Amino acid sequence: MGVEAREARQPWILLSPALVAITFLLFVPLAFIVVYSFWLRTATGADVAGFHLDNWTEALTDRFYRDILLYTLKIAAITTVVCAVAGYPAAYFIARSNRNKGFLLLLLMLPFWVSYIIRTMSWINILGVSGAVNSFLIWAGIINEPLQMLYNEATVILGLVHFLMPFMILNVFVSVDGIDQNLESAANSLGATKLQTFFSVTLPLSLPGLAAGGLLCFVLAAGTYITPLVLGGPRDAMFANLVFEAIITQLNWPLGSALSLMLLAVLGALVLVYNHFLGMAQLMKGMG
Amino acid sequence: MSTVKLTDIEKRFGDYVAVHRMSLEMPEGGFVTLLGPSGCGKTTTLRMIAGLLDPSAGEIEIGGKRVNDVPIHKRNLGLVFQNYALFPHKTVADNIAFGLKYRGVGKSDIDRKVKDALDLVQLPHVAGRYPRELSGGQQQRIALARAIVIEPDVLLLDEPLSALDANLREDMRVELKRIQERIGVTTVFVTHDQSEALAMSDQIVVMSAGRVEQMGAPEEVYNTPASEFVARFLGASNIVDARCTQRDATSMVLETPDLGRIVIPSDRGPKVSATGPVKLVLRAEKIALSASQPVHGEVAHSATVDTVDYQGQAARYFIRLGGLQLQAINMIDTHPHAAGREVTASFRPADCTVLPA
Repeated sequence: MGVEAREARQPWILLSPALVAITFLLFVPLAFIVVYSFWLRTATGADVAGFHLDNWTEALTDRFYRDILLYTLKIAAITTVVCAVAGYPAAYFIARSNRNKGFLLLLLMLPFWVSYIIRTMSWINILGVSGAVNSFLIWAGIINEPLQMLYNEATVILGLVHFLMPFMILNVFVSVDGIDQNLESAANSLGATKLQTFFSVTLPLSLPGLAAGGLLCFVLAAGTYITPLVLGGPRDAMFANLVFEAIITQLNWPLGSALSLMLLAVLGALVLVYNHFLGMAQLMKGMG
Repeated sequence: MSTVKLTDIEKRFGDYVAVHRMSLEMPEGGFVTLLGPSGCGKTTTLRMIAGLLDPSAGEIEIGGKRVNDVPIHKRNLGLVFQNYALFPHKTVADNIAFGLKYRGVGKSDIDRKVKDALDLVQLPHVAGRYPRELSGGQQQRIALARAIVIEPDVLLLDEPLSALDANLREDMRVELKRIQERIGVTTVFVTHDQSEALAMSDQIVVMSAGRVEQMGAPEEVYNTPASEFVARFLGASNIVDARCTQRDATSMVLETPDLGRIVIPSDRGPKVSATGPVKLVLRAEKIALSASQPVHGEVAHSATVDTVDYQGQAARYFIRLGGLQLQAINMIDTHPHAAGREVTASFRPADCTVLPA
């Protein structure tokens, strides 16, 4: 075999374990789901194989699903904006602290050592009827009856922000950290104040990181079902909860498959738009 | 245009003293170079003048006004960095216009000034391009244009040529000096490159370990180094241990085991005040090697060529003279002296410098 042929083969050899894993753990199951979505669930509970559009008709025309999809996107959008506004200053601070950068990044990673579910449930101990906040307020004599703070839209957003903030901070950090500080010095020397420098130099140059963090936050928030399950009320169900409900509770795999593909399509479209404008490389930087 | 005056400025980072009580006066329109190896405090000094660092002590005056408490964006300085620091998301024209916008200059004036600045750096056609589309040399010209278009009181250059290729660096050096002379702006230039410093400066400040080793005109610093550090840092020098046995107003007598007795004019060793051990500094290019007899009045000894470092128009020889290993740099006519050859090494006593040991 020639040298060129060997060199051409090498990347594929190196990629093969990953390709095998992705094929069997992602694409094959996904293909099953696509097939399932065209099956039919009968009244007796048995699935009928075949090519039926009933699930898709229901998923795409029922206002109930549409409303929950829009609600899901709204919650994801609010979460993303909160993460961006609150996470940016933190990311900037870490990127510009020359001495403690490593330590601060470690602190940022620390929450990942605890299960996401545990972290979500910890809010019950803080905001619950007999949680820390209520106990303190009653002890201090400010209130007599415990406040009902949990199980609403706000706590769902709180839980999501808590979960997703590190992703935003990491992405913005990578961007800001990559900005040559001489650019800021140059802008200062040319007459721009610190604030003007931020808006004319630092922020525009960190937009790719902000966009990457935003995409991650949005996609992860829109796909979540644990947070609304643990911290939301009955009316705070998000789209993934519907999928969970259909598949796990009602055992209606065909409908659940159609619904999950719907969410996948919406979020996939978003990723494609992002990729068109910014490219995937930026996203990889922030996750690495 | 303004003078820059530093009075006893000092910069400490924790226990580390980056700049020790430094005082310096830079004349209006002058080109002053802070020269030294990395870590000598030259960039720290520049950053204090710029307002990017606050001095731990001392006063900084620009144009006769104390600026210690004036923030950088109000100091009206032009700053050029080694890595150009052009705004990558702005076109060349927008880069140059950046400072003008914060000075409330009108749109038509901005356009005219940007055009003039581009003409000055001889890049009139790149206004609409982005920095990444330009070569390193072009980017540095744009960075210079951006710094001078605001008509700064002082131009601060932080190793602006160091990132360029050797050939381009020499062209840019001439170009930079031409522009500086044309606009007449007071300029502080930081470099570790002695040839840049010698070629461009009105005044060189040689720094080492946070202290000023010597200040003076390039020829003065080069020909009369005030310390062993300066002698070694600028050019190639031979430093020979010697003993001053006699000294009066006009001359001093040095004794060395290998070079014998040398009578040197006293002004070549202004810091030597008494007899005793001294150091004799011999510039490599002041030692002439020849196959024939030396000229009368020169110190001459026979020596052996050890190694030849052939450089085309010149050669650097490593010679053995008695127990001494010396360097000599000589222009070459056609062929350099071959290694192993016996030659006569000669120098004029007036070309030596004598430093206290």
